[in-house]
Amino acid sequence: MSNRKPETGAFFQRDRAWQPDAYTPWYKTSVLRSPEKALLSLGNTLSEMTGPVFGHDLLGELDDDLIHNFAKPGESAIGPRIIVHGRILDERGKGVAGALLEFWQANAGGRYRHKKEGYVAALDPNFGGCGRTITDEDGYYSFRTIRPGPYPWPNGVNDWRPAHIHFSVFGHGFAQRLITQMYFEGDPLIPLCPIIKTISDPAAIDQLIAPLDMANTIPMDASAYKFDIVLRGRRSTMFENRMEGN
Amino acid sequence: MPQQLIQFKESASQTAGPYVHIGCTPNFAEISGVYEEDLGTRMLIGDAKGERLTIKGRILDGTGTPLKDALVEIWQADSKGLYNSPSEMRGSSDPHFTGFGRCATDMASGEFSFETVKPGRVPFPDGRLMAPHVTFWIVARGINIGLHTRMYFSDEAGANGEDPVLARIEHRHRVDTLIGKREGDVVTFDIHLQGDNETVFFDI
Ligand SMILES: [Fe+2]
Repeated sequence: MSNRKPETGAFFQRDRAWQPDAYTPWYKTSVLRSPEKALLSLGNTLSEMTGPVFGHDLLGELDDDLIHNFAKPGESAIGPRIIVHGRILDERGKGVAGALLEFWQANAGGRYRHKKEGYVAALDPNFGGCGRTITDEDGYYSFRTIRPGPYPWPNGVNDWRPAHIHFSVFGHGFAQRLITQMYFEGDPLIPLCPIIKTISDPAAIDQLIAPLDMANTIPMDASAYKFDIVLRGRRSTMFENRMEGN
Repeated sequence: MPQQLIQFKESASQTAGPYVHIGCTPNFAEISGVYEEDLGTRMLIGDAKGERLTIKGRILDGTGTPLKDALVEIWQADSKGLYNSPSEMRGSSDPHFTGFGRCATDMASGEFSFETVKPGRVPFPDGRLMAPHVTFWIVARGINIGLHTRMYFSDEAGANGEDPVLARIEHRHRVDTLIGKREGDVVTFDIHLQGDNETVFFDI
């Protein structure tokens, strides 16, 4: 962590037109799980401006290596080997240091290791599907995995998820808490996906698509995809913590 | 054209999906051996100060059916009203209390449960004290963007009555949707996603 003083300002208001609506009937499960009343808008209090921050002592040696963290000794997960890397930024463009990222995904055949998963594709005995890491001082992160496969899911009679990796991100305040998904450049399933269509602005969708990053590809080993995630920015507090007249 | 103010937009949220457990509570999902323990399992580390409580409840959809695939996170102050966070400037919080809890709802009953302490009062930005409360964040399949709400305590009627956040709720009967019902050491807080008793959710 850096020597910079921790920031304590309120977070910028969330742009709810840019974010998906709660009620999106073409994604059927949202119909009964979407609040119908208006959200109560409120400026941040300490309860949202603060948030849990996790130290590097949380991490195990293989937490950022999904190719090996569930594999038997000497074996590895099956699938195209990739590196996913990028920065966690805030809306001001500042790198978010010390952000905990958790990620999960299907295996190369599109199958999740989960009790409630019924897709016929085979499990990979050497692939668990979860990993995590913490950003460095500049907000940079990277991890190694296999490229997940697309998979069908019960929504319409023939809906398929494009290949994707789920991300959960903790910034510095609980108001920044975010879960999103990363998609892969060029995937023809992206424009067909009901879950992606919960986002109405095409620019917001583009922001979730990771490009192939040849420059960071490791020759004869793993290709690379770059994926930046932006969290809410926060106000400078220079003039905020003094009461008028004090 | 003037200079641009903000060059970056917050990344759009996407649902946590049905397999959120794989990433957030892998041991719960029976993926063992990757992490020693699921994040947020224990809020009390040894001898935490304050009154010990269990907070439990369910998340109910528009038909009243509990969600069996949700993930609930809570964040709260310690017994003195201090947060375990680098941006807490008022003092050091209890080193035996994390303030953060995470729980997958039970796959059969839909219940979540946290072992914690009762939080102290935290000031609102204008200096008035808020009533003791716990911040909730809920994600699940079918929820496109995480839902923020708060739980207050039924045994704090006086403090609740002067809480500046509860005071903002226009339809007064809805205040009750944010009050956890305390009986002994157990506080029950059911969250209704829709309907007459829809919980007040915040854009905060
Ligand atoms: Fe998925």
